[in-house]
Amino acid sequence: MAAVTPILPGRTGEPDLPAGRPRRTRPWRGAVLGAAALYFLVPMGASFWFTVHSEERGFSLSTYAEILGAEGFATSMLLSLALAAATIAVVLALTLPALLAVRLGAPRLRPVLEVICTLPLVVPPITFVTGISTVLRWGPEHLAATPFWATLIAIQDETFPVVLVLAYAVLALPFAYRSLDAGLGAIDVRTLVEAARNLGASWPHVLLRVIVPNLRSALAGASFLTLALVLGEYTVAALLGYQTFPVWIVTVSGSNGRLSVAVSILSLLLTWLLLLALSGAGAKRKKDTA
Amino acid sequence: MVSITGEPPGTAAARRGGRTRSADWPAAVPLLAFTALAFGIPAVALLLGAFTVRDPQTRASAFSTANLSESLQGNYLNTLVSSVQLSAVVALLGAACGAFLAQAVVASRFRALRESVLTASGVLANFGGVPLAFTWVATLGNSGVVTQALGLDSHGWSLYTFWGLVLVYLYFSIPLMVLVMVPAMDGLKAQWREAASNSGATAWQYWRHVGVPVLAPALLGGTVLLFGGAFAAYATARAMVGSTVPLVTLQIADALTGDVLIGHENIALALSLDMIIVAGLVMAVYLPLQRRSSRWLR
Repeated sequence: MAAVTPILPGRTGEPDLPAGRPRRTRPWRGAVLGAAALYFLVPMGASFWFTVHSEERGFSLSTYAEILGAEGFATSMLLSLALAAATIAVVLALTLPALLAVRLGAPRLRPVLEVICTLPLVVPPITFVTGISTVLRWGPEHLAATPFWATLIAIQDETFPVVLVLAYAVLALPFAYRSLDAGLGAIDVRTLVEAARNLGASWPHVLLRVIVPNLRSALAGASFLTLALVLGEYTVAALLGYQTFPVWIVTVSGSNGRLSVAVSILSLLLTWLLLLALSGAGAKRKKDTA
Repeated sequence: MVSITGEPPGTAAARRGGRTRSADWPAAVPLLAFTALAFGIPAVALLLGAFTVRDPQTRASAFSTANLSESLQGNYLNTLVSSVQLSAVVALLGAACGAFLAQAVVASRFRALRESVLTASGVLANFGGVPLAFTWVATLGNSGVVTQALGLDSHGWSLYTFWGLVLVYLYFSIPLMVLVMVPAMDGLKAQWREAASNSGATAWQYWRHVGVPVLAPALLGGTVLLFGGAFAAYATARAMVGSTVPLVTLQIADALTGDVLIGHENIALALSLDMIIVAGLVMAVYLPLQRRSSRWLR
């Protein structure tokens, strides 16, 4: 990153330089940007138009009013949000201590963690769900007489499928790992921890009162990415037969296409707002510390 | 913690590392145990199942490679080949378009443009799955707004084809490529360009001999990422085309939900193993490249 900073002042001072080169390439650049804008904006505009306009009714926002009352919307949304909250808690509780351990005294574990946190990116989710459903089908035949049997049944509970939390936590590991690793790299973990320990702080105290406050934006980033992942995940939930939010959108599209498009647009807007809030918070923090 | 003042820094660090190693590694145990449980067990089950054939009459299981060889024949092979073709086309087109877009953004003098394109890319790169499919169905599907407005259906246009899927997959692939390329292009020093033009190089020569070679790891790595993303995509294809385009992910889902002959249940597992092997081979190209590119972009 150090190489990037010296370029920036030069760029702001560019108007003073002879501007022959940038001007020559500008038509080409404009065409690229224009084509990109067309490609990325038209589907959004068109799908919005699709939801608010129809031949018989003309312009109407009633589709958006229907969403809240639509059958299954509230339950599926609540299920997805609850799964997201549980997944965020599990992922952060697992990765933060492991990453601290790697930084403080077990650097030889780093390659192991890197492999573990890269595997979910290499293995397509659909093959992961194939493995999970094999385990779940295989359980009844081999474990019926053991205590594991009750556990297998319990994690498949319809109202709160723990098996989805396990699967989503695995899928979210790479994002949490990268976000937290970058956050830990930006602070002097060892000094902070040793100072706190020298002053008599217990380990939970160090973790919650010293490390976590310093990692706020990294933790927020990891949580946001996990939230976006869980709210948008279709493959695992659909193939294991749970009615989460994305599965509900597909179900409802069969009977009400307009509604499913409206919900799709709203879920994009929601993601967008979350990301903007996050980057805004990050920028503000940077200004405070500077 | 004991005070370490008065000791040479080297021995202090060595001793500190030695002492705390034994105390710190247990903190990583929950993560390792969780991965073994939630990822390891399904992976082992997948591997064992892919090599197991069950006799429909006796219900006895036997080790066999019949599933794997069946998954590489006839219709199953077609879906695999079709998936690889789709992913390759998306990866190459997406990488080219994404690289040009990234260059246009990096070269721009408007900071607001750069910021907004990067933010939008961050959102759109994650905009896969079901909502993406419905956005495009509403735009270019059979009764989509643009289809109706331009009368595309009378010209034989259909979104529910191979090229329709390419068009839709590019919607999250190009932004991902932009996210990969912008930091790499920021690493191109202005001095290199000035040195090249001072030595009389044309823009083409600069890109041919300086720019593209320096960016090559990022370009290749991005292409691999796009391939992986398109190869693994299931939700978009399922919500959009149903099964009019043969894709291995759709085939696995069908096999998993019971759309196979008795005694062939494990074909889904064999197909999954095929997918993991393809994805693993492609990713194996990416990881060393990423390490190399992150080294000189520092």
